[in-house]
Amino acid sequence: MIELFYLLVVFILSIFVGYEMIIKVPPTLHTPLMSGTNAISGIIIIGALTSLAYTANTLVNIIGLFALIFATINVIGGFMVTDRMLQMFVRKKEK
Amino acid sequence: MNIIIEFIYLIAAILFIIGINQLSKVKTAPRGNRLSAVAMLLAVIATIVKIQLDNTSSINWAYIITGIVTGGLIGVVLSKKIKMTAIPQLVAIFNGLGGGASVLVALSYLLFNGVTTSLNMITVVLSIIIGTVTFTGSMVAFAKLQGLIKSQPILFKGRNILNVLLFILVISLGVRAIIICQNISAAIIILLIMMGVAFILGILLVTPIGGADMPIVIALLNSYSGLAASMAGFMLGNLLLIISGALVGASGIILTKIMCKAMNRSLVNVLFGGFGQTKEDKKEKSEYINIKQASPEEVASILDAARSIIIVPGYGMAVAQAQNAVHDIMTTLEQRGIKVEFAIHPVAGRMPGHMNILLAEANVPYEKLKELELINSQFKQTDVAIVIGANDVVNPAAKDDKSSPIYGMPILNVHEAKTVIVIKRSLSPGFAGIKNELFEKNNTLMLFGDAKEMLLKLNQELNEL
Repeated sequence: MIELFYLLVVFILSIFVGYEMIIKVPPTLHTPLMSGTNAISGIIIIGALTSLAYTANTLVNIIGLFALIFATINVIGGFMVTDRMLQMFVRKKEK
Repeated sequence: MNIIIEFIYLIAAILFIIGINQLSKVKTAPRGNRLSAVAMLLAVIATIVKIQLDNTSSINWAYIITGIVTGGLIGVVLSKKIKMTAIPQLVAIFNGLGGGASVLVALSYLLFNGVTTSLNMITVVLSIIIGTVTFTGSMVAFAKLQGLIKSQPILFKGRNILNVLLFILVISLGVRAIIICQNISAAIIILLIMMGVAFILGILLVTPIGGADMPIVIALLNSYSGLAASMAGFMLGNLLLIISGALVGASGIILTKIMCKAMNRSLVNVLFGGFGQTKEDKKEKSEYINIKQASPEEVASILDAARSIIIVPGYGMAVAQAQNAVHDIMTTLEQRGIKVEFAIHPVAGRMPGHMNILLAEANVPYEKLKELELINSQFKQTDVAIVIGANDVVNPAAKDDKSSPIYGMPILNVHEAKTVIVIKRSLSPGFAGIKNELFEKNNTLMLFGDAKEMLLKLNQELNEL
């Protein structure tokens, strides 16, 4: 019970950190920001890895496999497409 | 050893925070994104090491490698092949997959652990509900953005009541599962039914929301996918999941808030309002009189005589993929010593910042893109405003007409420019389904046609002058 409370404290404080950081982002960066944070939400990938590791039950493994595939697409695709977008801003400065 | 793993998780969390912080400035943004990617890699490696250390029995490397390779390949291909105009769809898909992954993790956790405490069951239930709604909601958003289903709001009588009923049903099933968590097989059956209802709820929540409200929906779903990851973190007792999920959840909520403010609407109104309903009542008013049409030649000579020009892009520019043509005409005009700037409405396009990213792709310097508050006072001193595929965001009715459904929405004051050129396919209404008085103003000229085609013609005419 007390452990859950600590987790809740971390959760709420993190929300405040996120709020303070993002409130000042200029509109130009809204799309990369969304796409980048979206990739970060793919952190569930570590949950997927964990769910695959500890059992030989086929059903659980199949579910875990799909979780891992989904999360990996989210992570890899998300970071790469964000990078592609941001490179467009960089390229211009060099000109 | 476990403390070292936790320590690496902490470093990853810090890197995520620094990464997001750097994403907030154009200069540091690329570094910020890569830093976040490094943090993710650290987290994955730490997790794999942890699995290896914890596990006495066989580890399912085959599954792990298959999952990462398959997902990685799909991710690489999607992110490389996608056109910049299709970014909103892609973000919607990634988002949905993230939500879906949270659901599957929750399910496998339950199947693996069997009997669990009611506290744990709460986190399982929340992961499943939020994750499922994120998944189906995002898939519907994807289908709408991709044009697979109509982007107009799909409305039917009593849908709000139905949604409320479904919501109550989801919650009661969840509560029931928590109460009977000792009887695991019965609880799983109830959870699966709950998942099915949440599945339908996610679909129904997004189908009534039309194209122009998509930026808000995408931002909101982004927030949900973060929250789903956070809930999974509570379930697994994993701080990194909780922190990262919460950061994403907060960012999505803020963007949602910014978008709502830009449309002068409440989130409740966006989600349940069914904006398109006004369509029927307003139809008789949508007859246009006093429309002045111009040819590309005429417009080119007007542009040539101007000293300052503001370009107002909208979703039409994205549809026509006209961003490069916009860039070319900007260059042509600037070579003639004309000052060219861009006015970006916060909800132009289909996701937050959509126009900015398209124009960046076409090499338009981001310093030229001005926000609504900054540029609105400048229209009065501007010779020509060119509206490219934007409609509702430049409709003066939002200021003058109290009966208009968009009344109160901040708009770009293009009508204050000396001349307004509107490039548009036809007089069909924008998303709000209402008449745009701008088109009838004395200083407005309509240039009918596909945005890209018209801009190319204009550019050609300008070069021949």
